[in-house]
Amino acid sequence: MKTLMASTAAFAMMAGLAMAQDVVRLGTEGAYPPWNFINDQGEVDGFERDLGDELCDRAELNCEWVTTDWDSIIPNLVSGNYDAIIAGMSITDEREEVIDFTQNYTPPDPSSYVGLSDDVDVENGVIAAQSGTIQASHVAETGATLVEFATPEETIAAVRNGEADAVLADRSYLAPLVEDDAELRFVAEDVELGGGVAMGLRESDDELRETFDAAIQSMKDDGSLNELIEKWDVSSTF
Amino acid sequence: MEAAIFSFCADPASLEGVRWLACYVTTGKHANLYYATGTVLLLLAITAPTALAFGFGGAVAARSRIWPLNWIGKGYIAIVRGVPDIAFFLFFVIALDQLFEAIRHKIKCPEWDQPIWQGNDFVVCRQAKLPLGNDPQWVHDAYSFMLAVLTFSIVFGAFAANVLYGAMRAVPRAQIETAEAYGMTARQTFRRILIPQMWVYAVPGLSNLWMVLTKATPLLFLLGVEDIVYWARELGGSANPRFTDYPHGDWRMWYFLALLVFYLGLTKISEVFLERLMKRLTHGQATTGGDARRHTA
Repeated sequence: MKTLMASTAAFAMMAGLAMAQDVVRLGTEGAYPPWNFINDQGEVDGFERDLGDELCDRAELNCEWVTTDWDSIIPNLVSGNYDAIIAGMSITDEREEVIDFTQNYTPPDPSSYVGLSDDVDVENGVIAAQSGTIQASHVAETGATLVEFATPEETIAAVRNGEADAVLADRSYLAPLVEDDAELRFVAEDVELGGGVAMGLRESDDELRETFDAAIQSMKDDGSLNELIEKWDVSSTF
Repeated sequence: MEAAIFSFCADPASLEGVRWLACYVTTGKHANLYYATGTVLLLLAITAPTALAFGFGGAVAARSRIWPLNWIGKGYIAIVRGVPDIAFFLFFVIALDQLFEAIRHKIKCPEWDQPIWQGNDFVVCRQAKLPLGNDPQWVHDAYSFMLAVLTFSIVFGAFAANVLYGAMRAVPRAQIETAEAYGMTARQTFRRILIPQMWVYAVPGLSNLWMVLTKATPLLFLLGVEDIVYWARELGGSANPRFTDYPHGDWRMWYFLALLVFYLGLTKISEVFLERLMKRLTHGQATTGGDARRHTA
């Protein structure tokens, strides 16, 4: 115990010496292509990687990427393990109670159902969704039976192996999968959920929120945000 | 594209068979899996002796005749054994981290007038952050790793304490009495008679604990430390050609099969080692195990 305490203290001192430019740590999931994923080189990649790097450039911030579990992404933000969430997170009232959002960087976009056959009853069947998402809350409100999974990957696997009749997720996440797999298809009608995707920040961190807000606005104004959205095909444009 | 290990990996789409596989398993993403394997082994190597030390301390305290010490030892064993690991990991680690930061905050920023808790947010001044936001990623990783070692050690230490407590009581009373009759002090009896003889009773219980510990590492991800199970799931998930040069279907089964082999191998090595240790410890000792050895050897 003593040596552990001593090494903590040593660590603390070492850390104290290294004061340089302020680093803003960006938290993401790294498992939600095309929004964010880990590429072959083992680095964070995707729409939000490009977006986050550009925003930090414009705001003259020194940013660093951190990956974390989706389930603990908000608790880790509020306890200060990173400074902003940039992980395909839609603005909802529930989340607004705990954290603050910047303005959205993609417009509110439809969520889609994907299943194996066209006659899936999405109102009364078994529907898979990633836990803690707007889609999961939506399914819970319909008459369907909700099965939740920790990662988006598992929700698709549940449909493939028949555990669920369909999966409800962002259309942009499902589109490349449907294109790639002859068995999967879009079923039923799209639903409109959430208020668009935005960065999440601590409620006490107004300054950083305003900085990112301004950077997003400048990207909206000069059209570079729309270019990025089209490049990664994540949503409709502004 | 970053430099690959093999020169022929420049154009993955043209590769087939063994060459494709060779390139596939040497991507930077796979390097994370190998790195995580090292992390897990390092964690086990550091945690096992630390937990044993915690356990020894707990057992000695619980045996003590001095009441506050005895109370602390028994309390530690009872509380930690009674709380589910996952709750302990979620609550204790975040609380521990916040405690460190709150202490540093008090020392480093005495002029700070806002509360530490602002609604849901835990806010300390920048200088009190642990590690500092400015620190390179490896410092953050090392810090989470250290928290993980500490938490695992406290949890497994409590179980080890109970095993050692029982083992100390299992040493035949006659041995202790003989030592006392020779005029040894309590401390001498403890060091020369009790400790050497208790291991034979402790090892079976401790070896069980070790086996459980080797398989508890997925809890690491709760602390932001990516372990092998996390990477196996991440790498095994189907890879779409849009986002990777090495597209494949859902290969999680194969990755988990590899994990199975890894863990079985670890178990086998541990068993061989523990068997040897047991033989050494029972050598010449007045137990049934030791007696059997005396006749055969």
